[in-house]
Amino acid sequence: MPISQEILDEVALSRAEYDLIVKRLGREPTPVELGMFGSLWSEHCGYKHSKLLLKMFPSTSPNLIIGVGQENAGAVDIGNGLAVVMKMESHNHPSAIEPYEGAATGVGGIVRDIFTMGARPIALMNSLRFGPLSDAHNRYLFGGVVGGIAGYGNCLGIPDVGGEIYFDQVYAQNPLVNALCLGLIESKWLTSSRASGQGNLLMLVGADTGRDGLHGASGLASRTFEEQKELRSAVQVGNPFLEKLLIEACLELVQHDWIVGLQDLGAAGLTSASVESAARGESGMELDVLKVPRREQGMTPYEVMLSESQERMLVIVKKGYENKVKALFDRWDLRCDIIGQVTSDGLARIKEGDNIVAELPIELLSEPPLYRLTAPKPAWLRGVQSFNIAALPDVDHTQVDKVLLRLLSSPNIASKKYVYRQYDHQVQNNTVVAPGSDAAVLRIKGTTTAISLTTDGNGRYCYLDPYAGGAIAVAEAARNLACSGAKPLAITDCLNFGNPEKADVYYQLKECIRGMSGACRVLGVPVISGNVSLYNETRGQAVYPTPVVGMLGLMEDVTWHCTAAFQQAGDVVYLIGPCNSMGLAGSEYLALEHGLVKGRPSIDLLLEKRVQRACLTLIHQRLIHSAHDCSDGGLAVAVAESAIMGNLGFKGWLPVYSRLDNALFGESQSRIIVSLHQNNLPHFERIVARNKVLLTKLGKVGGKRFIIEGRLDLSLDEIREAWEGGLQKALEG
Amino acid sequence: MKYGIIVFPGTWSDGDCHYALSSVLGREVVYIWHKDVDLRGCDCLILPGGFSYGDYLRPGAIARFSPVMAEVERFAARGGLVFGICNGFQILCEAGLLPGALLMNSHLQYRCQWVNLRVENAKTPFTSRSHKGQVLRIPISHYEGCYFADDDTLAELEANKRVVFRYCTPEGQITEQANPNGALHNIAGIINKQGNVLGMMPHPERACEILLGGSHGNQLWPV
Repeated sequence: MPISQEILDEVALSRAEYDLIVKRLGREPTPVELGMFGSLWSEHCGYKHSKLLLKMFPSTSPNLIIGVGQENAGAVDIGNGLAVVMKMESHNHPSAIEPYEGAATGVGGIVRDIFTMGARPIALMNSLRFGPLSDAHNRYLFGGVVGGIAGYGNCLGIPDVGGEIYFDQVYAQNPLVNALCLGLIESKWLTSSRASGQGNLLMLVGADTGRDGLHGASGLASRTFEEQKELRSAVQVGNPFLEKLLIEACLELVQHDWIVGLQDLGAAGLTSASVESAARGESGMELDVLKVPRREQGMTPYEVMLSESQERMLVIVKKGYENKVKALFDRWDLRCDIIGQVTSDGLARIKEGDNIVAELPIELLSEPPLYRLTAPKPAWLRGVQSFNIAALPDVDHTQVDKVLLRLLSSPNIASKKYVYRQYDHQVQNNTVVAPGSDAAVLRIKGTTTAISLTTDGNGRYCYLDPYAGGAIAVAEAARNLACSGAKPLAITDCLNFGNPEKADVYYQLKECIRGMSGACRVLGVPVISGNVSLYNETRGQAVYPTPVVGMLGLMEDVTWHCTAAFQQAGDVVYLIGPCNSMGLAGSEYLALEHGLVKGRPSIDLLLEKRVQRACLTLIHQRLIHSAHDCSDGGLAVAVAESAIMGNLGFKGWLPVYSRLDNALFGESQSRIIVSLHQNNLPHFERIVARNKVLLTKLGKVGGKRFIIEGRLDLSLDEIREAWEGGLQKALEG
Repeated sequence: MKYGIIVFPGTWSDGDCHYALSSVLGREVVYIWHKDVDLRGCDCLILPGGFSYGDYLRPGAIARFSPVMAEVERFAARGGLVFGICNGFQILCEAGLLPGALLMNSHLQYRCQWVNLRVENAKTPFTSRSHKGQVLRIPISHYEGCYFADDDTLAELEANKRVVFRYCTPEGQITEQANPNGALHNIAGIINKQGNVLGMMPHPERACEILLGGSHGNQLWPV
């Protein structure tokens, strides 16, 4: 009997994919088997439209220990026998339906990916996108997501040290919640997820299995929101206390020699955990669903295999050591059950007692068809890129004060302190530079070193020019790290796009990845892990192509750390980098003041590299007091922010080459604002000149006003009030 | 002075307290698992911050029934020093070793930030190296830090100088602005009648190094 479209829709498989399964199996799949294919071959788990494109990313480097795809997260060597494990993941679709639990379980999931490698999670970051706060629904989503991240993360005792939040109408129906986690481990303890060794046991530990999150991977993350279906049950519910116990127990477990591997259960639950670890171990596995502890009555094998109940881990125990492992989990009051074993026949065999309900080749399950589309540059893109700037009136020179205050208080630029003071950013006693500066800095205990961390991604730029936008996302992240004093070491990423079956979206995905790869190569940073979230669209309206870059940096001497805040009255302020480029394309100023999203952002990657190198050299030689990169809102906003953060005024001037609005608010790339003591000027100038980068003197730190002669004159209090109060004001309506 | 840090399921300041005491100050410290009843000859027991038992029911409501707590109570009755920090303070209130309760922050959000504390009583073992009126800069990190007690209890605490720390401005003024969670009388920490059990919401173990933002916490560990 030919399979119905309804069933195919439920498991999110196309007819062609179904026919392929039948052909390769030589028979029709059982219902449980169909469900397993549906999840593992979903876009979320299978990366069907992205895998071929992701090969463009450079993925090797001398510091690399574990690269893309090898394990649950990537790992890099940071010296002193230590490694950092890092990954970022999205939880966009669940957060749109149930924002608190969607965001909370997003944090839970990414944390599990880290401690499953044996690493202690030491930092969290998140990159969020919402529709404008003027809409009550967006305020609801914003509050829920922030609350969920706080509720889950704070309970775990992992500091949330930064991130970014942007608001735009395109995200209104499709918020983005990207969560990043970083872990620290002595390299020798790095734990695999490979299930190998015939006869070794599969043990499930943690929460009982329920019906929550069914079809989370196939039903939510791999399709667009079209109908108002009751999708609540597809959102997983989190228990951070249980996760905390799992963290401590698992970190204790990996120090013994009792297990072969550790794998966390995430999207597609037990199905993906067991199949992926068997695939990595090039073995097979057999499990009995009756041995899985349940929290609901009457669960079918299908439901057990596809449940996305949270806080569960799969332990691959060396045969003979199960009692030792059980005793360890008992001490932590964690339930564990032996549910199966590793085999050597390359098959995934799922039983319900004595009945076999699924028997599939692991290779077939873990290798879905990969798609490549032909996608030329869309015609509409040429339209938005062509921007007759001459036709745009320059900013009224008598209104510059007011424009700056509007930009400073706009939710995209205003201080996010309202959010990050709800996150514990100090626990574990490693935070040297807390949220608020360009990058977070965490010291590494027992060494002189420190790591820096940032997330960056401008969807607007990527919409206007996917290639340049992708490159800029990587460059900006590296620039932020350079401003903190750290050399970039590795990238994790979250690629958030619309429906990839549409040529336009596929074009965006391809070009963004190409742009990111180019920047990675020039700046010498590999991609060590990442996540792709597609189908972020509703009723044909897709989000901006939004690749988010999470970048890790390293500084050999923690005392080098630098922030964006002015430090001392009397210091001189300079702009390092180009001072004459046009940067209104895709700028916050253009969107806010003119309601336009137009133009072509661009970047000179070689120049960017030189600017970053100059900044790092200056910081390492302790020549400067502050460094802040120019991004949203341009130069005027960057200088104002440094003044506000340092609680020190500024008096200076601004060279204007063509347009006043561009000079003040243009967002051209590769620019850093620094402040330094006069005495360091000769040495400073030599280093900048050696890197063949332009230098422009802007003014001096001091007083209680923010003055750009002939252009702007505001009190420090006024600009502080606008910037610090902007977000709360937008929330209060 | 030997310190014992009690660890409940869900505690997370234990590592930070150990770091401050052992790595920074070079003191003798051990961990005590909540199921143990052997206090290992410690002179000062620390109940650290965290979300013991996930803060289920009420913060500290379940931890107070852990096997170790009976020993802690006996230890306190004998005059042993007990230092409750954040969740530790909440556990001590639930266990009745300190009066009052910690309610949800008045603004209903988690708050993590540096605050200023004024030392109100420098005659306790915990404040013997501080002086009365001294302003200390120490971080808070909590959902439920709003200290509450009925009028009689509050009057008794004030009359007997059992309020040890109050939230204040950097200049030492007690104002509403300086109060980060709505605590009555800006109370940040109190001590019991006997003078050996202290509870405070801020985290001294986080103010242990200038590199992290300040080291005022170091002078509060009894010696």
